[in-house]
Amino acid sequence: MKFGVVRFPGSCDDVDALLAAERVGEAVMLWYADRDLQGVDAVIIPGGFSYGDYLRPGAIARFAPVLEAVSEFARDGGLVLGICNGFQVLCEAGLLPGALLPNLSLRFVCRQVWLDVISEYSPFTRSCPLGEPLSIPVKHTTGRYYAPDHGLADTQVLLRYAPGQNPNGSDRDIAGVCNAAGNVFGLMPHPEHAVDPLTGSSDGLAIFESIRAHVADRVVA
Amino acid sequence: MTGRAISRGGSPPGRTSNGRRASDFRELGLTDAEYELIIMLLGRHPNEVELAMFSLMWSEHCSYKHSKRLLRRLPTEGPHVLFGPGENAGAVDVGDGLAVAFKVESHNHPSAVEPFQGAATGVGGILRDVFAVGARPIAILDSLRFGEPETSEHSRYLLERVVAGVGHYGNSIGVPTVGGEIYFDQAYEHNCLVNAMCLGLVRHDRLIRSAAVGPGNVLVLLGALTGRDGIGGASVLASAEFGEGDADKRPTVQIGDPFTEKKLLECCLELLERDLLASLQDLGAAGLTSASSEMASKGGLGLDLDIARVPLREPDMEPFEVMVSESQERMLCVVTPDLVAEVIAVCDRWEVLCTAIGSVTDNGRLRVLDDGDVLGDLPVAVLVDECPLYDLEPEAPSYELYPPPAAVLRGGEAPDQLLLALLASPNLASRRSVFEQYDCIVGSRTVRRPDEADAAVLALPDGAGLAISIDGNGRRVACDPRAGAAEAVYECSANLACVGAEPLGLTNCLNFGNPEKPHVAWQLVEAVEGLARACEALGVPVVGGNVSLYNEAPSGPILPTPIVGMVGRLPDVTRAGRTGFANEGDAIALVGPFAPSLNGSELAKLRGVAPAGGLPVMEPGAVRDAHAAVRDAVRSGALSSAHDISEGGLAVALAECCLAGDIGATVKVRIEGGVLELFGEAPGSAFVVSGAEQVVAALGRIIGRVGGRSLVIPGSIDVALSELRAARDGGLLQYASSPVWSE
Repeated sequence: MKFGVVRFPGSCDDVDALLAAERVGEAVMLWYADRDLQGVDAVIIPGGFSYGDYLRPGAIARFAPVLEAVSEFARDGGLVLGICNGFQVLCEAGLLPGALLPNLSLRFVCRQVWLDVISEYSPFTRSCPLGEPLSIPVKHTTGRYYAPDHGLADTQVLLRYAPGQNPNGSDRDIAGVCNAAGNVFGLMPHPEHAVDPLTGSSDGLAIFESIRAHVADRVVA
Repeated sequence: MTGRAISRGGSPPGRTSNGRRASDFRELGLTDAEYELIIMLLGRHPNEVELAMFSLMWSEHCSYKHSKRLLRRLPTEGPHVLFGPGENAGAVDVGDGLAVAFKVESHNHPSAVEPFQGAATGVGGILRDVFAVGARPIAILDSLRFGEPETSEHSRYLLERVVAGVGHYGNSIGVPTVGGEIYFDQAYEHNCLVNAMCLGLVRHDRLIRSAAVGPGNVLVLLGALTGRDGIGGASVLASAEFGEGDADKRPTVQIGDPFTEKKLLECCLELLERDLLASLQDLGAAGLTSASSEMASKGGLGLDLDIARVPLREPDMEPFEVMVSESQERMLCVVTPDLVAEVIAVCDRWEVLCTAIGSVTDNGRLRVLDDGDVLGDLPVAVLVDECPLYDLEPEAPSYELYPPPAAVLRGGEAPDQLLLALLASPNLASRRSVFEQYDCIVGSRTVRRPDEADAAVLALPDGAGLAISIDGNGRRVACDPRAGAAEAVYECSANLACVGAEPLGLTNCLNFGNPEKPHVAWQLVEAVEGLARACEALGVPVVGGNVSLYNEAPSGPILPTPIVGMVGRLPDVTRAGRTGFANEGDAIALVGPFAPSLNGSELAKLRGVAPAGGLPVMEPGAVRDAHAAVRDAVRSGALSSAHDISEGGLAVALAECCLAGDIGATVKVRIEGGVLELFGEAPGSAFVVSGAEQVVAALGRIIGRVGGRSLVIPGSIDVALSELRAARDGGLLQYASSPVWSE
């Protein structure tokens, strides 16, 4: 199992994502200017910032050469995980429905939140303990998810903020969504910052373990 | 590079082509005597470019001319010190072949003029100081002071914008802001303080100095284009008092670009990892002038610098503007000629601008060239070392310097009411609304986040931990500069003890008023003496720092505010201590010498009492022993919680332990102590710890038990946790103004 973590100019949580992925498999860094995905089994678009995000989060990164390869990879059914800025990039690139708007507070918010897993039947949540909420931090200024009703089926919502936990005013408390095919997933919370009780929580590890399990099944099949 | 004869200058300065009297030495902040000295040392008048360079290098900000002699008093040596003062940042050994580089620096005046960019570039500047020694920045802390939020809309605006600025830069560049402190006092109404501290991690063998080496080597400028921003910031803004018309100074504040700095940071670290650089220096105050002359001075060499090669943002910049521009996100490095092509290749990959702008010489002169024409030619030693140093003329004031604050409490309140008022006061209320605007976890090292422990704790690769604390209390220092400054050192060390860490070194930022005034000079001299004695008593060396003077408005000086940032190590990060009470039935003990005083306390402030009247002087040995006892107990894993007693005294410390752990406590105090024992302050010497009875009994006097849903002190206090929480949570949040959506 080999993860690839995309590094854009200005990426911040790229190393964190790499370290988290390495807890469940092999992981390599993918340079934004390369179109070669180095044969990875899953791609992670990490959180933080890309190109400074001065225009609009993700608006520049979606044009990076590596995104062409990632789009093709996704079309072929490859697993793509977008975390925070990665979620924003995937929405900008049209790989995920909807958009991320400025938080209702108009402020950056860094906070540990509880998430409800809405579906345990996706490649990204299949290892999550049934019915148990996850404690994972958010940290963003532009994390208020919005999608028109017709653009998003209920089955595409994999994570919601638990009641009272919505940190940004997201529509229907949505914290993470996948595409219609189910192989591209974006979320605002940072599972890579919840992989060790020492630094706060290990609940995010289930996301990475889900990906590994799914890839392992696919290889066997 | 060879140059022709000096083409401009040699005569007394006049008007520039654009009509600005940039060359009037008085307007540039030099005194008549200093100008005479320059003429004597050079044997001629400096020309316009040279005068601009002198005005910056001989400014208070760059030359430390009023504080240099005084700073020699501070102990700078210790067994862990790798880099002491003089490098871009100090560095101490943290074991396993790793070093931690760190420094605190002020950006007070720029932040007062333009709070968002002032604070942002303060963070950007201190980050560059740390990666200039080759270290990867891993943590930021901030120390902020503003006027009273309740009565001053301007202070609320500064709070909002400064916090947004700090967060903007730190969050965007991916370095966690793990701790800090904020206090409010009317004395900061016209001079807010914005001090930022950064820590970086580096292997010993990758530490790099700034001294220029090797005549014939190439001087390379990395990073952003040079523009007109920040022209004269150091001399105009940082080295003079504020007065009327400060809005005119807005253009002297730099604009931050964390994206460019992120690329610059990664690029510099890769250049160092590949061993391509001979020396490295960041460009901060006084831009190219300061960076180049400091590099030449430290290396005992000269530099030729061709401004025609400096990539400009605006094409028609005057030569002096290029030399003094404080455009952000730039670094200067020395490269051997054979490695220049490789350096350029790495910079290209990171999309970082990289330009050879000069060379190292062996003649000890800093020459400014313009495509061959010599625009300036100065002995480096004159520029860097010959600035006159001034002795301070301290004199203890015979009157109270600071007026009494407006009283919030009318007198006659019961202890319950006093406790709730203290918890709700802007100085003691929850900082959550601030620290939630900072990313405190990026980097995956943060083991103790804000509010979880008395110090921030980061994990090191070998399983040890790094603890960091930043502290200073201007009201206490105003009461007694010597004892108050010592308290700042004790307080930081106490914070480290609470997580189980032993101090390795400290950095400080001395924020004071106009040192030419005898009473401010007295505050400064006494505070440095207090810092020095406390450092000696605890065995903690000062490895770097910063001085910010002239924090003064027509209404008077700021409170004397020495800020201490301390770094320590704990052997096992999994045993890092916590603030909050944890277990029903745990015993609570009071540890250490407890000599509470109401002078300069938060209660005195709420009662409308001016900060004056002296402080108890702590016996350093007793303080040191108490710190060691708590530290060892935390390290052994035997304690459930540890918290030091600081602002608000014992009662507030107990309330904070209850709130952090979401559990109550019942505590008995000596009734005769009353308000003094409950709310008197003794920063840095006494602790509240909890744990098994036999464990805590060995450390100090048992005063109560953890349990229930209230804080109960029989005979004086009985308040439910929910009520404590409501008071503390709302105290600062109510002053948060609506954010301005501009970033």
